[in-house]
Amino acid sequence: MKKKRLVIRTVILFVLGAAVAYTLYANFTKDQVQKVAVGEKAPDFVLTDMDGEKHRLSDYEGQGVFLNFWGTWCKPCEKEMPYMNNQYKQFKDMGVQVLAVNVGETELAVNKFSDRYNLSFPILIDEGQVQSAYGINPLPATFLIDKEGKVIKYITGEMTEATIKDYMEQIKP
Amino acid sequence: MKELKCDCGHVNPHGTVLCESCGKVLEEKEKDKKLLDMRYEGSARRSQTYNKTIIDKIWNFFSSVKVGVWLIVITLVASALGTILPQEMYIPPIMPAAEYYEDQYGWIGKLYYDLGFHNLYSSWWYLILIASIGISLVICSLDRVVPLYRALKKQRVSRHESYLQRQRVFGVSEVEETDKAFSMAKEKLKEKKYNIREEDGNLLAEKGRFSRWGPYVNHVGLIIFLIGGMLRFVPGMYVDKILWIREGETKVIPETNGEYYLKNDAFILEVYDKEKDNEVFGEAIDKAGMVAKNYQSNVTLYKKQGDAVAGEEADLEKVKDYEIRVNEPLKFEKFALYQVDYKLDELNKMSFALTNKQTGEEFGDLTIDLNDPKDIYDLGNGYKTEIVSYFPDFEFDENGEPVTKSRIPNNPAFVFKMFTPDKPDGEISFVAIRQTIEPFGDNEYKMAFKGVDTKNVSALTVRKDLTLWIIALGGAIFMIGVAQGSYWNHRRIWLRRVNGEVWVAGHTNKNWHGLKREIEAVLDGTGINEPEDQLQNQSEKKS
Repeated sequence: MKKKRLVIRTVILFVLGAAVAYTLYANFTKDQVQKVAVGEKAPDFVLTDMDGEKHRLSDYEGQGVFLNFWGTWCKPCEKEMPYMNNQYKQFKDMGVQVLAVNVGETELAVNKFSDRYNLSFPILIDEGQVQSAYGINPLPATFLIDKEGKVIKYITGEMTEATIKDYMEQIKP
Repeated sequence: MKELKCDCGHVNPHGTVLCESCGKVLEEKEKDKKLLDMRYEGSARRSQTYNKTIIDKIWNFFSSVKVGVWLIVITLVASALGTILPQEMYIPPIMPAAEYYEDQYGWIGKLYYDLGFHNLYSSWWYLILIASIGISLVICSLDRVVPLYRALKKQRVSRHESYLQRQRVFGVSEVEETDKAFSMAKEKLKEKKYNIREEDGNLLAEKGRFSRWGPYVNHVGLIIFLIGGMLRFVPGMYVDKILWIREGETKVIPETNGEYYLKNDAFILEVYDKEKDNEVFGEAIDKAGMVAKNYQSNVTLYKKQGDAVAGEEADLEKVKDYEIRVNEPLKFEKFALYQVDYKLDELNKMSFALTNKQTGEEFGDLTIDLNDPKDIYDLGNGYKTEIVSYFPDFEFDENGEPVTKSRIPNNPAFVFKMFTPDKPDGEISFVAIRQTIEPFGDNEYKMAFKGVDTKNVSALTVRKDLTLWIIALGGAIFMIGVAQGSYWNHRRIWLRRVNGEVWVAGHTNKNWHGLKREIEAVLDGTGINEPEDQLQNQSEKKS
C-alpha cells in the first residue's frame, strides 16, 4: 500500500516535471532553433549567379561547399569577403566551392560590390526562399557542407582569414 | 504507519479526523470542540500523514493550499510588475534594451532591466511560477478529491452521537409516535428530491453531492487550459509571424514550407469623409482630423505545384483572390492572415532629368526602379548616365563614407556619372534626397530630380494556432466546474433514534439558510422539533 503510493507519487511528479522541463527547454530554444541542423542534409536550392549561370547545391556533391549568406550593408560580411576570396583561390582546385548568397539586394548593388572586391566565386541573389529554407536571421551566416551534402557546421558572425582557412580544410573532400 | 480502527469496526487511513463510516471523532484535539470542522469530511488528507522520502516531501510541499495561494499571489504581483514599463518586444529598436531602459526611465529602468522584468512573461522564473501553480493544482486536487470521495462513499446512515451533536444544525426531540413522524418526514424529503437511505430505523437524506466535485472539475479545466498553453511551445502547433509585402510583390508565406505564396495586389487605407459619410461622424472627424475607416489588402493566394527546390521559379497555381481587412483574415488550411500594419508611400521609382546647370536644358529623362536599378541609362545622342554606386537606405558612417543601412529604399542615394558629348570622360555627382555633392569640383551638368513613384506596403500576421480548441475546452470545463459548485448545494439531513429521542442534524456546504428552511418544511407536522443553528446560538451568546 505504502509502496504503491510512493510509486504513484513518483510517476505523477515525474510526468509533471517532464512537462515543465520540456516547456522551459522549448521556450529558451525557440529563438535559436536552427532550421538546418548540423549533421543533417543541407536543403537543396537552385540560384542564378551574376553571369546567368544556374547553381544547384546538389550538383556539388562530392565537393565541399562553403555556403555564405551576406548583404552589402553588413560590415562583417564586407570584411570577410576578401578573405573568402583569397582562400577560395587556394582551395578551389582541392574541391572546395564557395557559394555566396546575397539576401535579395539589387543586381546593381551586388555587381558594384563584387567588382570592388574582385570576387571570383559565384554570387547568387536569393529573393527569400533559400533564406527561409535555411532560417537565416543575423548576417553573416555560413554553412559548411561536406562532400555528402551534410551540414557539418553553422557559423554566424564574422570570420578571420585563419578560421576560414581552417573551415575550408574541414570540408575538403 | 498505523491504521485507525473505529469503535464501529471501520478501518480508517492514518490521519483521519472523523471516522469515514460513522463519523465518530478520532482526533483527540477535535474532541473538545463544540462544532466539527467538516472540511473534506474530516478525511485523512494524505499530504499530512507522510513525510519520509524526498518524493513525499516534494509532494507535501505542493499539496499545501497555503503554498498554492502564495504561488498565485506571487504570480499576480509579478504579472502586475511586468506591466509597469513596456516589455522588451514593444520598445523601439533604436538602441540595445540594456541602455534603453536606463535612458528612458533612469535607475528604475535599470533595475527593471537588471531584474529581468523587461522580458518577464517568458523568463524562466515566471514560467516556473506558472508551472508550479499547475503542479500545485494537480497535487492539491488529487490529495483532496480521493479521500473526500472515499469518505462520502463510505458514510453510514447511523452516524455516531458525537458526530451528530457537533453538527451546526442539531436538535433533540421527544416524539410520541416516532415511526409515524419518520414516515411523514421521509415522504416530504422524497418530495424535495432527496436520496434516502435507511438503516436500523435511522435515516439519511442527501442531495446534490455532485456539487462537491465542482472545484475539482474546475481544476481539471484549468489544467487542460495550461496544457493548451504549453503546447504552443511545441513546434508546428503555433505560428505567429509577420509578413511585409509590397504592392505588386509575390512572396512565399513563412512557415508553410514554401507551399503557399501571396501576391499583394493593392493596399487600401480609407478614412472617414465628412462629406460622404454619416453626419454623426462629423464632430469626431473635426476633433481627431483623420479617422481610419478601413485597412485592406487585396491579395491573391497561390499554391506551389510540383516540387521545385528553393530558389527555383516555382509553378504557382492561383487558389483565390481575397480582400483582407481587420478581423477578416484570409484563411487557408490551418493558417490565417490578418491585416496588422502598413507603410504608405514607400519609394519605388525615382525620375531624374540630365540637365545643363546653366541653360537648364534637359537631355532626356530616366526613371530608376529602386528595387532593380540598371547600370547605365542611355539617353541617346551621346548622353548617358551611369550609376556608380547605389545606397538604398543611405547614411554617412563614422568615417564620413556613404553607406546603406539596409536594402529597403527608405532614403536612396546615388553616385551618378554623367556622360555628355562635351564631357566624354563623365562628371561625378552624388545625389541624395535634397542633397547634391559634386566631389570633383563644379559640374556642367546635373541630375535634376523629377519625381517619385511610391508603393504601399502591407504587413500581415501569419497565424496558425492548433491549441485553440484545447484552450476552449479547458475554459468550458472550467465554467462547468464553477456552475456545478455554485448552483448546487450538497445537503444532508440525519434522523436518528437515540434512547426514545429523535436526533436531527443537518449539514450543507453552503447556503445554511436554505437548508434550515428545508428542514423546517420537512419536520412541519411530524412533531419533531426544528433543530437549532448552534453556530448562530454561540455567536448570540457571545454578543
